[in-house]
Amino acid sequence: MSRVVRIHTSSGTTGIPTVIHHTQADLDAWTDLVARSITATGAGKPDIFQNMMTYGMFTGGLGLHYGAERVGMTVIPMGGGNTRRQIQIMKDFGTTVLHITPSYMLHLHAMLAECGVALKDLRLSKAYLGAEPYSEDTRRKIEKLWKIDVYNSYGLSEMNGPGVAFECVHKNGMHVWEDVYGVEVVDPLTGQALEDGRQGEVVFTNLLREATPLLRYRTRDIAAILKGSCPCGRTHRRISRIAGRTDDMLIINGVNVYPSQIESVIMKIPEVGNNYQIFLEKNGALDSLTVKVEISSGMFKGDLAQIDRLKERIRESLRASIIISPRVELHEPGSLPVFEGKAKRVVDERVKI
Amino acid sequence: MTHIQLSVFLENKKGRLYDVCSFLGEHKVNIRALTVAESDNFGVLRLLVKDPQRVAGLLKGNSFVVNETEVVALEVNDKPGGLAKVLGAINKHHINVEYMYGFVEPKARKAMMVFRFDDPVAAVKALKADRIKVVSSKELGSI
Repeated sequence: MSRVVRIHTSSGTTGIPTVIHHTQADLDAWTDLVARSITATGAGKPDIFQNMMTYGMFTGGLGLHYGAERVGMTVIPMGGGNTRRQIQIMKDFGTTVLHITPSYMLHLHAMLAECGVALKDLRLSKAYLGAEPYSEDTRRKIEKLWKIDVYNSYGLSEMNGPGVAFECVHKNGMHVWEDVYGVEVVDPLTGQALEDGRQGEVVFTNLLREATPLLRYRTRDIAAILKGSCPCGRTHRRISRIAGRTDDMLIINGVNVYPSQIESVIMKIPEVGNNYQIFLEKNGALDSLTVKVEISSGMFKGDLAQIDRLKERIRESLRASIIISPRVELHEPGSLPVFEGKAKRVVDERVKI
Repeated sequence: MTHIQLSVFLENKKGRLYDVCSFLGEHKVNIRALTVAESDNFGVLRLLVKDPQRVAGLLKGNSFVVNETEVVALEVNDKPGGLAKVLGAINKHHINVEYMYGFVEPKARKAMMVFRFDDPVAAVKALKADRIKVVSSKELGSI
């Protein structure tokens, strides 16, 4: 224990946080991997990096912080929250790169107008998004709203934190730094290894760590190892974006549904705004699913029938994807709960059996 | 001869109507005419105000979802059959009414009706030819 220089915990996605110990060598190796990740996105010394991830026990904040310093970026250690101040700082310091959750990135955009800041007042060119699963459509939406490149970042406290896998400039899957992390994808039920291209539970072995060595650690994250090589020339294999977690699967009237399926349907609809919530309750013996969706302010044409049609369209698209027909509620932009750290989009009020 | 009506999307939440009205009050905006259309978890508040573009900007700046909709205001005799006469003319010209709502103009002892037509400009032309009194922006401002 005398060689342990820092303690982190997991964000407690499954309930009880896991404690991870680090020696100085562990921290140095981690920092190198984050620096490598940042370099892979084309960022470097000239960049001004605003870190909006929570600092503290959560690894998202400090992990990127030290990696960004090692690359030589100018680091603004903001941490999460205080949206108005975040926007002001982005403007005043000419921030070029952000580290942030996807849900907070969307919220931040909605707040720009309120703060009287336009995109042309900012110098933003990149954002590293992680800490919660999000769909490819959400990425495209954020890239379009902000006119920037969004890079997918993956990590978990048990494997240090961010910098386990990261997208390069080609943005087509995250390179797993296999010189440090052994990666496998297994069938979550049988534990059998799956071939590349098949989706399953991701399992990691940390090959370097001194203080908390973990062998074949089951992440509960669902993804696939991508086949083929990346045009960037790196030989580290890539994993797909995280489709969900083995433990966030919802069983609704006997049908298995991942929240990510719902997200990928609604974020394809242009009239949908920046936030949504999945609400489950019991209606007699049956489960009832309500999807609450914020509309985008530009879509409103003053017409009630248009809104009713939109609701019906969302309901139909969801039914086609998840089989269940949900109730759809439309809300004003900014009215659903906002999360500065990991978003908790599922509210399940069914009584647990 | 058309007017800009502000349509505000409001979710059906306690105090939301008060939020808009108190906001307008704080900014010294007087509401000339108003109606609410409602669906299950949301409604659309329709308003006629002086200087609608400015008011729309104020509302949008405060995160309200606002659309500017072109409407026509017609003068209606405030006596039995007054509205029927106007609707008769509308009907004759095959003009489609999406919705309408009324308000009273105290000075002129006339009733006013706000109409949302699918083609407001053509509607104004046809109704004027039929001697239906179309209320101008100036007259509306003076009410």
